[in-house]
Amino acid sequence: MIEIRFHGRGGQGAVIASNILAEAAFLEGKSVSAFPYFGVERRGAPVTAYTRIDDKEIRVKSGIYEPDYVIVMDQSLIKAVDVVAGLKPGGKVIINTTKSPGDFDLGEAEVHTVDATGIAIDNRLGSKAAPIVNSAILGGFIKISGVVELDSLLKGVRSLAPVKKEENATAADQAYSKVVS
Amino acid sequence: MVKAVISGNSASAYGAKIAKAEVIAAYPITPQTSIIEKIASFVANGEFKTEFVKVESEHSAMAACVAASLTGARTYTASSSHGLLLMHEMLIWASGARTPIVMSNVNRANGPPWSVWADQHDTMAQRDTGWMQIYCESNQEVLDSILMSYKIGESPDIMIPSMIIEDAFILSHTVEPVDIPDQDAVDDFLPPFAPEKKLDPDDPHGFGSLVMPEWYMEFRYKIAESMDLARDRIREVEKDFEKRFGRSYGGLMDFYEVEDADAVLMIGGSVASTAKEVIDKMRKEGKKVGLARVRYFRPFPVDEVRWLAKKVNKIGVVDRSYCFGHGGPIAAEVYGALLPTGDRPIVKNFIAGLGGKDITPEVLERLFNKMLVTNESGTEKEIEWVDVKGHSLGVE
Repeated sequence: MIEIRFHGRGGQGAVIASNILAEAAFLEGKSVSAFPYFGVERRGAPVTAYTRIDDKEIRVKSGIYEPDYVIVMDQSLIKAVDVVAGLKPGGKVIINTTKSPGDFDLGEAEVHTVDATGIAIDNRLGSKAAPIVNSAILGGFIKISGVVELDSLLKGVRSLAPVKKEENATAADQAYSKVVS
Repeated sequence: MVKAVISGNSASAYGAKIAKAEVIAAYPITPQTSIIEKIASFVANGEFKTEFVKVESEHSAMAACVAASLTGARTYTASSSHGLLLMHEMLIWASGARTPIVMSNVNRANGPPWSVWADQHDTMAQRDTGWMQIYCESNQEVLDSILMSYKIGESPDIMIPSMIIEDAFILSHTVEPVDIPDQDAVDDFLPPFAPEKKLDPDDPHGFGSLVMPEWYMEFRYKIAESMDLARDRIREVEKDFEKRFGRSYGGLMDFYEVEDADAVLMIGGSVASTAKEVIDKMRKEGKKVGLARVRYFRPFPVDEVRWLAKKVNKIGVVDRSYCFGHGGPIAAEVYGALLPTGDRPIVKNFIAGLGGKDITPEVLERLFNKMLVTNESGTEKEIEWVDVKGHSLGVE
């Protein structure tokens, strides 16, 4: 079973991102589940969401405490939240930032970065002040993890993005080839 | 049939839609809100022809459902926690008026302290309202139970409302694959609601009027009789459903690996799903453990509990709520069901997961291990609270 944890801020689309990833894996015939941890529901507050992917039926319905991967949708969260808490040895982290992986000290974690904010703004997703970065960072994430094929992700994005389906798919596609490792 | 990755709340909305509920009256409350949002979008898109009544409270929602049901309309609503508590008076009215309403309730803790997370206290507090209660373990079961509950409740000899219960967030906001049956297959399984008597200006009847003491008890007895009869109807309808749709859930109580079990946990709700995973792991290690999932809490699976007590010597009842004063509600029913029989397994009551405290595989494994080693019977530590700060369960 592959377990993925998303860290975002309210309004960035973390919960939909966890659903899109589940949908993409489902389209490949996998068993999936995805769920949010809701704290206080307001724009800007830290949000955590999770996705599970497995070849057999997923029956565990408790939280994810030892993820294989962590997706950080806002680099400022790293100061506020222990984003690598419980990350499995050899686990990978992808951060939405213009910085390089070497700029982050996250212990044993293998760090990758992608400028999902820049890509989201280029594709007019959300506003410049509050871009919606979920489809972009998913493109970067599947490049470093290979948990689903790009084609499945694009189908998932088109199926679940509430608006601007093509722009979201383009953002995911662009981010796929712009990851810094 | 469409297979989609949807939440428990979406599964509820699809259930109401393909059951062709004709009147829906509901008031939003976290974490139920997305059920009625989804229904509202179905109605706005024109894909669901139903009378969607916006009301000013849950009490009014249930009052509207009762009146609509009396006119012969299939009715649906959804609520949670404080909304359900506000409905309490009308819940009793609904069963007394013999209206087979189906309601989804998202199990959420009651305040204060304020909490929006999973806990069974809201529905357990409705035990005596005369509603059937189904505690679901998956989003598929949520959808399927709505369809089956209309068929069971609308039988002329039953005429009792049903509450379909999904854990807050763990089911309500978790997406997982769900088969949404074809409309034709559902229509074939579930014909339109056709009560023998209904509110009709052309054929007037009185409903809910005063009865003198010489008749009140007889009306109550009829409800009791129907609730008892519902046990067989639940089993029959599920068999029919399984034949048509290929899925079943164990009737009133769902057993997993109990035949040769040394210890069994009894649980209602989505935690049962996690427990099945834990059981497979522990059985590989040679530990004979099993699960009795309380699917129906009302009517209570008395025969199933008595059957289980003949098979196993240790039953740990996990309650996700507490009746202040003495014990968890499921455990109380188990003690009550076993008292008239000669079978006396060790029964312990664990109180766990209140207010959304996560019941993880690790917690369940500890409870199974505790049951395997326990030899305590009688009143010694019969009720234990699990993982309460400053209070040790005394088992690793």
